[in-house]
Order: sequence, then C-alpha cells, then structure tokens
Amino acid sequence: MSAHALTDSWTMTRRELARWGRQPVQLAVNLVFPVMLLLMFGYLIGGGRGVTGAYRDYLVPGMLALTMAFGLEGTMLAVTQDLNKGVIDRFRSMPMANGAVLVGRSAADMLQSAMALVVLIGVGAALGWRPGGGPAALLAAVGLLLLFRFAMLWIGIHLALVAGKPEMVQAVQILVWPVGFLSNALAVPGSMPGWLGTVVGWNPMSHTATAVRDLFGVPGTESGHAWAAILWPLALLAVFFPLAVRRFGRLSR
Amino acid sequence: MADPAITVEGAEKSYGGKKALDGLDLTVARGTVHGVLGPNGAGKTTLVRVLSTLLRPDAGRIEVAGHDVVREAYAVRLRIGLLGQHAALDEELGGRQNLELFGRLHHLGARGARARADELLERFGLADTGRKAVRQYSGGMRRRLDLAASLITEPEVLFLDEPTTGLDPRGRAEVWSSVRSLVGGGTTVLLTTQYLEEADQLADRISVVDAGRVVAEGTADELKAETGGDRIDVVLRNAGELGAAVALLPLTGVSVDADRRLLSAPVTDRMEALSGVVRALREAGIEAEDVALRRPTLDEVFLHLTGDDHRVKEAA
Ligand SMILES: Nc1ncnc2c1ncn2[C@@H]1O[C@H](COP(=O)(O)OP(=O)(O)OP(=O)(O)O)[C@@H](O)[C@H]1O
Ligand SMILES: [Mg+2]
Repeated sequence: MSAHALTDSWTMTRRELARWGRQPVQLAVNLVFPVMLLLMFGYLIGGGRGVTGAYRDYLVPGMLALTMAFGLEGTMLAVTQDLNKGVIDRFRSMPMANGAVLVGRSAADMLQSAMALVVLIGVGAALGWRPGGGPAALLAAVGLLLLFRFAMLWIGIHLALVAGKPEMVQAVQILVWPVGFLSNALAVPGSMPGWLGTVVGWNPMSHTATAVRDLFGVPGTESGHAWAAILWPLALLAVFFPLAVRRFGRLSR
Repeated sequence: MADPAITVEGAEKSYGGKKALDGLDLTVARGTVHGVLGPNGAGKTTLVRVLSTLLRPDAGRIEVAGHDVVREAYAVRLRIGLLGQHAALDEELGGRQNLELFGRLHHLGARGARARADELLERFGLADTGRKAVRQYSGGMRRRLDLAASLITEPEVLFLDEPTTGLDPRGRAEVWSSVRSLVGGGTTVLLTTQYLEEADQLADRISVVDAGRVVAEGTADELKAETGGDRIDVVLRNAGELGAAVALLPLTGVSVDADRRLLSAPVTDRMEALSGVVRALREAGIEAEDVALRRPTLDEVFLHLTGDDHRVKEAA
C-alpha cells in the first residue's frame, strides 16, 4: 500500500493542477484578491494608526500573513466540495494510498499560497516597497508564512470534515474575517483599546506578521517573535493534523 | 454454494439509533447478476457502501471476492468496481481526464491509464465529448462515464446502486446493454433498484429488501408467482357500487381504492379472469369505465412480500 503512497499523492496533486488548468480564471481571482486587499488598505482606506515608519512597510507583511490566514477558507471549501460531490467515494473505494487525497489537497494549496506570496511581493516591489534584510530574510519570511499557512490548511481540512456541509463553509468564511482582522496585520495593537490589543497580541497570525516585519527590518517592530511564529503553527498542527487524519479515517463510520 | 462472490451474514448498521441494516443475509454466486430490490430507505445504498468498504458495518460477516470488507479492505478494493447512487466523478475535469486519473490511481501507469481511458471512452460512446467538463454532460453521459470509471480494471465484482434512476428510456436501455455485455465477461454484478422491471431484465436472482433485511429471495419468476403474477384493475363509474362489486366478482384478495373508484386483484389465468369479470359486471348491471390486466407493480410485490397487503384489504 505504502509503495504507492508517493505516486498516488503525486497523482492527486496533478488532479488539482488539472483543475486549475480547467479554471484559470478562478485561480487568477484567488491570486489577485490579496493584491486587491493590499491596494484597498494601502491606498484607498489608508490606515496605519500608530505605525512608526511608512504604512506600506508595515502593511505588506501584514497582508502576506492575512493572505495565508484566508487560505483556510479555500481549503475548507475545496474539501467540502469533494466530500459532497461523491468523487471522494470513488477514491475511497479504490486501492490507493489512504492519505493521498489529503496530501494532494495540501500540496496544491501550499503551491497556490506560495504563488500568492510571490504575486503579492512582486506587486509590492512594483509599488516601490523594498524589504530590508536581503534574500536570506526574504526566504526566512516566506518560510514562516508558509508554515503558518500549513497550520491553517489542516485546520481547514479538519473543519471541512467536521462540518461537511457547504452552508458551514459560509459560516466559517464570515468568521475568518474578524479573526483575520483581530490581528496586527493592518494596525498596531497599541493603538487599539486595551482588551482588543491583548486579543490581537495572542492571535497566532500576529506573531507571524511581527516576525516577518522583524526580518524585513520594519522600524518599531518588537523582535523575538520568531519563536512564537514557529511554535504557534507547530502547536496548531500538533492538534489539528491528527484530528483531521482521524476524521478522514472515520468517514467510514 | 462453492466459493461465492459475495457473502453477507447478519449485517447490521445503525445511524444514530436507526437501523439501516438489520441482520441482512445475502449470497451471490460468481458470474451472476443479483438484484437487490427495495423501496426508498430500505437499506440498499447502505448495503452497497458496506460491501464496497466505504462504510464499516456494526456487526456481521461480510466478504467480497473472498476477502473480509473490514479486515482486508485493500484486497477488496483491488477487486471491485463501484457505481454509486450519485455520480462519483470530478465534475470540473473532462471525461478523459477523469478516466486517466482513476487509471493512474489503479496504478496502470501513465501510458496504461491513457490507453484504458481511450478504450472505455470508445466503448461507452463518449469518445467525441472533447474537452467538455463533466459538469456540462447530460445525465445519461455522466452515468455512462461513471460506469466506465467503475470498470477501469475489469473488476471481479461490480456494484451498481440504482444505475438507471433518473435516466430517460434510452439512457436506461444503454446502461442495461452495458451491464449485459459485462456479465458475459465473467464479472459478478450486484445491482440495486426500485424497479421490478429492471431486476427482471438484468438479474439472475433477486433479493427483496425492506427495513434493512431480506424479506424474499428468488428468480424474478419465482417472486412474481409468489405475488400472484398479473393483476386485474376495474374502474367503476359509480363508487357506491364498489362494495357490491367486491362481493360479486370472481376474484380473491381484492383491494379497493374508493377515491379512484378502483378494484384491484391478483389473477392466475388472465383470460378467464378478464372474461369472468366482464360477464359478472354485465349481469349485475354495474357500469365499468375500464377493465385492464397488468403486471404487478413493485408496490404490490412489496406489500405482498412484507405481508402488508392484508392490512390494505382490511382497511378497504
Ligand atoms: N448518513 C446517514 N445518516 C443517517 N441516516 C442515514 C444515513 N444514510 C442512510 N440513512 C438512513 O438509513 C436508512 C437506509 O438508507 P439507504 O440510503 O441505505 O436506503 P436506500 O434503500 O438506498 O434508499 P433509496 O432508494 O432512497 O436510495 C434510511 O432510513 C436512511 O434515512
Ligand atoms: Mg439508495
């Protein structure tokens, strides 16, 4: 069985890529959406209360982290659709490696998120944003962001398996926004009312955003969040990865 | 039976407190078509899902192609094909992409999967569907592609869960002829249906299922003989004469539907029953709008087999 684990996972990943090929517009929308948010918050709404340096330098890392958080919706939606389309029954009735369905989903979602990061960073650079710290810092930042995305991915898979219904995806989509914005992605916690600042400080996404800002040398950034930006996602993974795998195995109950 | 393709002994499965399978027994000989006939909620899909390793039974000994569906699920999956009640396809991909995907997952390799996809598309008349996504297929095309997908490896045992529900007569005939050609190749088929006619057309033996258990089993002819075979329907002009007609007609086991002014009864000798009824009505001066012979419906086979037809008669 495990002899096929790699081949099957690759086949399932290719399935997702083939779906992108079928729906290039959908893919493009997914990649452009974060850019739209960036432009909206950076130029139209114009926030940045309490930001020391240029808001843009503060905002771009925040948007990168926010994009990773919103990936949860996409994962949950895709898994829910698979579950409700019946195609998952065919996979489960075939002699394929058990986990390949989930591995394929993960690989495709991680790839799409990596592409979204590249697009965002590219647009940021085109607008004149210049991260400090050089290529090594950039790579480390992307690593932290993708680690956070990976945790969001398994939360998304777990929620999809628990909820199972498209209606539930909507509920989560609505909830993801406040959770995403209850972070330091767009504004400095110090500028918020005390309790809100505390919540925001606790949000795992805030640690990732802060660590990335630190790597990019954004002025006024607290340093020392790298550990939290590594440990939080790992802790979430330690909880949700086994839960999701167990849930998947329990589809036969 | 020597080495059957499917053995089910005392299968049980509950959802919450509700029993979907309640001690179901079934044996299917290799190379035969077995029909599982039952109304909505009888447990047909649950049975198919248990047999195809998608659902874990609560109790019972269940073997497919010589392997236990729980302990040797992988060995079972190597040997089965499944056409579920609802399409199990990737709707966003095209027909060829679907078949190639499933071929690869059956480990035919890239080239093998491509060749097999070509072969199946040709065989099921889907070769010219081009790049269309399955989402845009008609119901009949989708069903055929789904069937093709369940035949990627020429399975030893094939499960078909209501393969023709929702298809027009042509689509139904197409699926039927596909199933017939398969059986020639030695595949064992378990097919569920709500239509007696379908079981009649395709199955060597039929199990009638109700409330999660088998209530009757036999060939189509045996089952029909058991239900009294054909029926006669008499529609009167005047509902007030229904009682008189029941008393006087040379029929037994009559059921009455007052709203439709209808009498219905099983018959053994078609011609004698017809002429007897017409003569008796004329002699008594009771006017009939319609007198017709027909095959029993699934409802009637069903009501008969579950013993509920007595209740119908008493109520009438
Ligand atoms: N996932 C589920 N959760 C709860 N109850 C279920 C579930 N699946 C089936 N049931 C119940 O189990 C019983 C048997 O259902 P099943 O789907 O096996 O019937 P069926 O014979 O296939 O019916 P149909 O002809 O409508 O397809 C029904 O009472 C149904 O309501
Ligand atoms: Mg069903």
